[in-house]
Amino acid sequence: MIELNQFLILSALLFAIGVIGIFLNRKNVIIILMSIEIILLSVNLNLIAFSYFLNDLTGQIFSLFVLTVAAAEAAIGLAILVIYNRNAGSIEIEKINALKG
Amino acid sequence: MTAQLLTFYLFSGVILISSLMVISTKNPVHSVLFLILSFLNAAGLFVILHAEFLAMILIIVYVGAVAVLFLFVVMMLDFKTSINKDNILQYIPIGILIGVVFIAELIIVLINTKFDLSNIQVLPNPLSDFTGKSNTEAIGSVLYTDYILYFQLSGVILLVAMIGSIVLTLREREGVKRQVVSEQLQRQGKIDLVDVKSGKGVDV
Repeated sequence: MIELNQFLILSALLFAIGVIGIFLNRKNVIIILMSIEIILLSVNLNLIAFSYFLNDLTGQIFSLFVLTVAAAEAAIGLAILVIYNRNAGSIEIEKINALKG
Repeated sequence: MTAQLLTFYLFSGVILISSLMVISTKNPVHSVLFLILSFLNAAGLFVILHAEFLAMILIIVYVGAVAVLFLFVVMMLDFKTSINKDNILQYIPIGILIGVVFIAELIIVLINTKFDLSNIQVLPNPLSDFTGKSNTEAIGSVLYTDYILYFQLSGVILLVAMIGSIVLTLREREGVKRQVVSEQLQRQGKIDLVDVKSGKGVDV
């Protein structure tokens, strides 16, 4: 029988992979967007695991909304990426330093 | 080891490996394809958790829409990725450090904690009314009644995202002639309406 903790550990590992992906990647922004998708997937997995083990449907509903927001975020992010690439000619992260931060 | 546990380990192993490949491959196209593999296996895990509707939605929305969007962008933009080994090596220690600390904290907490779910106060349990109904039916009967406001709000979010991405990527190009219907219709004295008799034709 699968326990809740196994799902939580898997979800934590996925979340950590996403965070490491954001930190390690220095080539292009698209991989960072994909890392964010992985993070949101791990959150969804957490919500659904709790929904199953608590026998409560609210987690699944919330996961549906997370999915919606993730899709909207991906669309906006990719649109910003396209116009940035059109204006600056490159989406390398180290060259995105217009704010000198 | 039951078949259920075996399936869980299979799905979760493939998810972990493919997400590692997403963040480590050089080619962005391969990254997107590994992302798709990861989503498919997550859908399998959702089926194990009896969330069949969300599993199908995950496949339709993520694999069918978001991942294809990523593929479009990756393939249409021309990435000139200059890979400097020094720069990559520079960020590996901090990345590994943060990752290891994060994983260690979470797993120590999760292994040492035994969740006692019977004591947790949850909202009034909607699932108990739906014994014998399918997952999709149960979600529908909750989503369109108790959560109707959030449902509409997520629709508004999607609308704003659609308008935003269209406005962002729309571009007025110089020197492109395009049809302006209102100007065409407002031309005075240059348009004759001719009543054409059948079988006779018109003198131009």
